[in-house]
This record gives sequence, C-alpha cells and structure tokens, in this order.
Amino acid sequence: MAMDRRQFLQGAAAAGVGVAYSGMSLGQGSTDPIRLGLLTVKTGPLASGGIDMERGLDLYLKEHGGMMAGRRVDLIVADTGGSPATALTKTQELVERNKVQVLTGPLAAFEALAIDDYIRTQKIPTLSVAAAEDMTQRKANPWFVRATSSSAQCSHVMAYHCATVLKYKKMIVIADDIAYGQEMNAGFQRVFEENGGKIIQKLFPPLTAPDYGSFIAQLKTDADAIFLGFAGSNGFRFVRQFNEYGMNGKMKVVGGMTALDESVLRNMGDEALGILTVCWYSSELNNPINVKFAPAFRKAYGYDPGYYAAGTYVNGEILNAALLSVGGNAANKDALMAALKQTHIQTARGPVRFDTYGNVVGNIYIRRVERKDGRLVNAVVQTYPDVSQFWKYDPKKFLAEPVYSRDWPPAKNLE
Amino acid sequence: MKRSHFLLLAVLIALPWFAGEFYVNLASQILIAVIFAASLNLLVGYAGLTSLGHATYLGLSAYISAWLSLRMGLGHAITAPAALLLTTLVGCCFGWIALRASGLGFLMLTLALSQIVWGLGYRWVGVTNGDNGLSGLTRPAPFGIDLSDSGAYFWFVLVITTVVLYVIARFVNSPFGATLRGTRDQSRRMSSLGYDVWGIRWVTFVFASFIGAIAGLLYVYFNKYIHPSVMSVTVSAEALLAVIAGGSGTLAGPVVGAALVMLLKNYASAYVERWNMLMGIVFVFIVIAMPAGIVPGMRTLLQRLKGGQE
Repeated sequence: MAMDRRQFLQGAAAAGVGVAYSGMSLGQGSTDPIRLGLLTVKTGPLASGGIDMERGLDLYLKEHGGMMAGRRVDLIVADTGGSPATALTKTQELVERNKVQVLTGPLAAFEALAIDDYIRTQKIPTLSVAAAEDMTQRKANPWFVRATSSSAQCSHVMAYHCATVLKYKKMIVIADDIAYGQEMNAGFQRVFEENGGKIIQKLFPPLTAPDYGSFIAQLKTDADAIFLGFAGSNGFRFVRQFNEYGMNGKMKVVGGMTALDESVLRNMGDEALGILTVCWYSSELNNPINVKFAPAFRKAYGYDPGYYAAGTYVNGEILNAALLSVGGNAANKDALMAALKQTHIQTARGPVRFDTYGNVVGNIYIRRVERKDGRLVNAVVQTYPDVSQFWKYDPKKFLAEPVYSRDWPPAKNLE
Repeated sequence: MKRSHFLLLAVLIALPWFAGEFYVNLASQILIAVIFAASLNLLVGYAGLTSLGHATYLGLSAYISAWLSLRMGLGHAITAPAALLLTTLVGCCFGWIALRASGLGFLMLTLALSQIVWGLGYRWVGVTNGDNGLSGLTRPAPFGIDLSDSGAYFWFVLVITTVVLYVIARFVNSPFGATLRGTRDQSRRMSSLGYDVWGIRWVTFVFASFIGAIAGLLYVYFNKYIHPSVMSVTVSAEALLAVIAGGSGTLAGPVVGAALVMLLKNYASAYVERWNMLMGIVFVFIVIAMPAGIVPGMRTLLQRLKGGQE
C-alpha cells in the first residue's frame, strides 16, 4: 500500500498519541469503547425485520449518547443476507476482524444454528433474537441469552387463552413451512388440546407462497377459529385474501407473535380490526420505558416499533444492565455472560429475567387490533405475567420429549 | 505462465503467517468455491452443457457425510469416501436422466432434479432435520493433524484445491478432453466419426459431480453445519455466474470468477450496503466489456497491448 508523507505523519502522530493515551488510561481501564456486533439481514426477503433490528438498537444508543455503562459503544453492523454460510462468515468477520466483544442477533433460526458452534469455541456472549426452541432447550448454548421469545413461548399462551377464555372448541392452525412456524403451531396445538380443544386441520404453505387462495379454499368451515403462525408480511397477505374470499365472519382469526406485527400493520385496513394476536411486546404497552421508546421510534421512522425493533432495543437495555454490574468490563467474557444471565430489570417489554437455559421469563400480552389516532395498533387486552418457555410444564419432562415439529406432538383430532 | 502459478502458490502457502484469521477463513471459502466452480466448468465450458443444478452434488455430499457421522456415529475415514461415492452414484443416475436432452432441455432437467433434492432437504425432516439443518459436526484430523485451526484448515483446502485443479487440467488436456470439446463444438460430426457423444458427456457429468462432491465435503468441514439452502438454485446460479464471469472453457476462468463472487459477497458487503446491486453492476460490466469472461478478455487485452507496442 502506497503511503504519502502526509498520511505517514498523521499515522505517526496518531500512534504517538495512542501510546501516550493508553499509558494515561491504564489505571482506569474504562476508556476503550465496548465493541458490539449486530448480525442482521438487510437484503432479501427477511430484510424488513432486519432493518428494524438495526433501527431499534440505533435508537437505544442514540438515546443514551452512544454509551453503555459509562463507556462508548462501537456498533458494527453486518448483513448476513439471510444465508447460513454468510452468517458464519460475517460472524467471523465481526469477531476476528472487528474484535467485537458482544454480539446481538442474528434474526433467523438457521443463522443462529449456523454460528452456534463458532460462538461456543470463541466464547462470545450473544443476545439472540432468533426463536429456535432448541437453542435454549435441548442444545442450549452457554453463550446465548434470548430476551425475545422461543417459537412456542407466546403460542402456548394464545392456545390457553383460546381454550379457556374464548372457549373455542375446534381450531385450524396455519403457518409458514419453516421450523419457526412448525414449532409455534406445535406448541399451540399441545396446549390447546390439553385444555379441551381440538385442532381439526394443520396447514403449512411454503414461506414464499405467492397466493393463499388454494389454502383458504381448503379451510374446514366448522372450525371456531384459525390460528396464524406466519412471519414477515405473510400474515398480512393471508388476512387480506381471507377477506377477499368472503371468509370474514365465518370463523375468528387469532395470530402468533409475528402474524400482525406493527411493521406490517401500517399497511393494513379495516379487515384487520378486532384480530387477536399474542406477543411479548406491543408498541401500546403502558410502562415508563415504552411510553418513551415507542413514540421516539415513531417520530424517527414514521411507524410503530414491533417485534424486531423492540427485540434489539430490549437487548440494548439488558446488555447495559449487565455491563453496569461488571463495571463496564466487556473483556471478561465469563463474568459478562454470568451477569447477562443474572439480569433482572424493567425493560420496554416489562420485567425481564432469564431461566437457567438463557431464555427469557417475562410477560406475554394478548393484543387486539384497534384504530387509534387514525392508525392501527395492537392494543393490549390481557397480560399473562412471568411466562417461561416451558409454559406450565416441568422443564425436565419438557426437554425429555422431542422438539416441536410438523409431526410432534401428533395431531389426533384432524378431520 | 508457469512461474506465475508457483508464485501464486507460494503467496497462498504463506498466507496464514501474515494475514489475519478472518482473511484466512475467507481464503478457505474462496478455494472451496473455486473447486465447485471448476467442476461446473467441466460441464458448462468444456462439454457445452449449461447446468443449473450443480449445487445438488455440493449439498448431497455434505449431507451424506454429516448424516453418517451424526446418526451412524461413523468416523471421517468412512464418511468421506462414502459421501463421495454415493454422491457420484447420484451423479451417474441424474446424468443419465438429464442427458436425454441438451441445451435448454438439459438446463431444465438439471434444475428440476436439483429442486427435488432441495425439497427433500427441507421436507425429509427425519433425516435432514429440515429447516434447522444438521449441526454438531466436526472436522477430520488426517494423519493426526488437527484442522480446527483456521490456518491448518486453509492448508488442507489448498492442497486439495491444487490436486483437483491439476487433475482437471490433465483431464481437459487429455485426448478425452479433446473429444469432449469436439462434442461441444461439432456433436453431429463427432458422432458420425464414431464417437459415442452421449457416453462422453455422461462420463464428464459424473466426473463433474465427483469434483462437486469434494467441494461439498470441504464446505461441510468448514461450516460444521449444513442447511438445505446450500442446495438451492441460488447456489447453483452463483457458481454458474462465477464460471461465466471468469470465462467458461478456460482453466483459470472459474478460479477468477469464484474469487470475485466470494469477495463481492463476503468482503465488499461489509462496506457497501447494496452489495447485491454492486454484484449485478459488476456482472453487467463484465458481460458488456468482456463477453467471453474475465480471463479470455484480459488475454485479448494483453495481446492487443503487445501488438500496439510492436
């Protein structure tokens, strides 16, 4: 690399200052920035959630003057493109080239699984957003904490709500044909059937189904309601077509934690009104942190924060709390990881603590789509406090069973 | 020409001593992509058969070796040859089906066959673990050398890449390679001369799937994880793009093309947010400026420069 004289002088001066500076700060040890890596998806079909992840974390850092635990935070964002192999390369880049001390992300379950082994060997504390059940269950990674939700953590609650509060007897479940959708619907089926309901139909359209017409035509009309386990914009597309086919009023519609996320709700009309969904967050939450966060996000980006934006914002709060308790020392990974798992704080989603597997125990909210100030919002109608990923089951028994899938637990009541 | 090859090899051998770990890992991935593109180039460049399903062999051998070691508990000494053998057998079978057509028909058949395998990867959850993929894999330790270190693994891949490229060069420059090019350029004339055009193509197809399987093994050793997306049409198309951009039908073409694609995808994306667009622009530029690919394009350019000096 060619270097002209001016560059050389600048470099030498900077090096000199650097040496002097590090000499001065040796005693304090708190002036070098914390290096935080964000793994997200900014290109491809998952990009809308991925961009929200970056915005949520950006907003957190902006609100706190770019500091955590009194130290400056260098945020390095990497785009995995939604591919497992690229996710690994990008993680290596963040760790080896950018020397990040803490990771947040990635978005998709298969990305998290792709980097699982690398995180273990490199021992990088990771605040994950991906929902894959086994990451905090049968194959729990000691370097992962998840402050959002496992796939079925929220759908367990919705199933209980449908069976005991709404008194539905027969239901249909539908979700994208990916692990996330399968796990979510399996958890729903288990709790719903154990509380006296019957799942009479299970449908799994492909993730990129262009049209849901053929699936809507198959729906059993004697069902009381249908549960949507969709991700991204698919819930929105399904509901729109559901109405176009004149199904509105034939059966109730309820949804999982990403079926009608705030990020797609802004594109919907009256057809969404009254639909119940379940999530660990709502932009309408009335807690002291969220009443500041949600309007600030809306002001900055023009729409309400949803699953992904709140996910990284909450991760920011948790990381900050953990760093505070270790005196801002991100270099001691074991201490930081232990502090992360000990975190017990109030966040934008409500109180948060972690179980021994690194998964969050927190509030889950039943929300109804309502119109407020001219825009659609997920208004909270009921709160289920302190819900664990194991719902009301004993963790040991839960873990002894196979992981939720398309075929587990088996459906006995299909018509 | 020969001297520059050795120089490049020497630089690559020394790489782990001066480059950071990230760059060493990136270089390993580039070499794996090079093997994969070179295997596809046998079909596209030398046999004139454009395949859009080559990722099948990469994915199959990766899945077979992963499955054998996870579910059967077999060691690498068995899983690696078994994966290569089984994948090549699938190549025999798929070649037999796909070579019933040539041109567009061949392209569609390879695409269809690869979609079947990709679909199985997603759907046959009992074997492939579906969308969650297979994890918990290890790297082999040939002759007791631990390959978990990025430098050691890079050398391992470098040795195999060198051998594979040498074998491909021998294959292409052999009399068989000449008849293969003959079937590409003048298939009717070749068959009237008494050559078995179908047989020649089929042997090349099987050989290409075997080399693709080697890339698959190296891929799964590198990632220690395998997901159905590795068999998707995107991966096949990316390799095809690498071959065409580098220069199909040349030995160096796929090397340059694969390096370019990997660098754009994994390195440039750290600096350019719209790296997909950058990749598109680069390829449009290549197609306009050097329609035959980078390597032939540079060759003509150099010749022209030399001509100008004389």
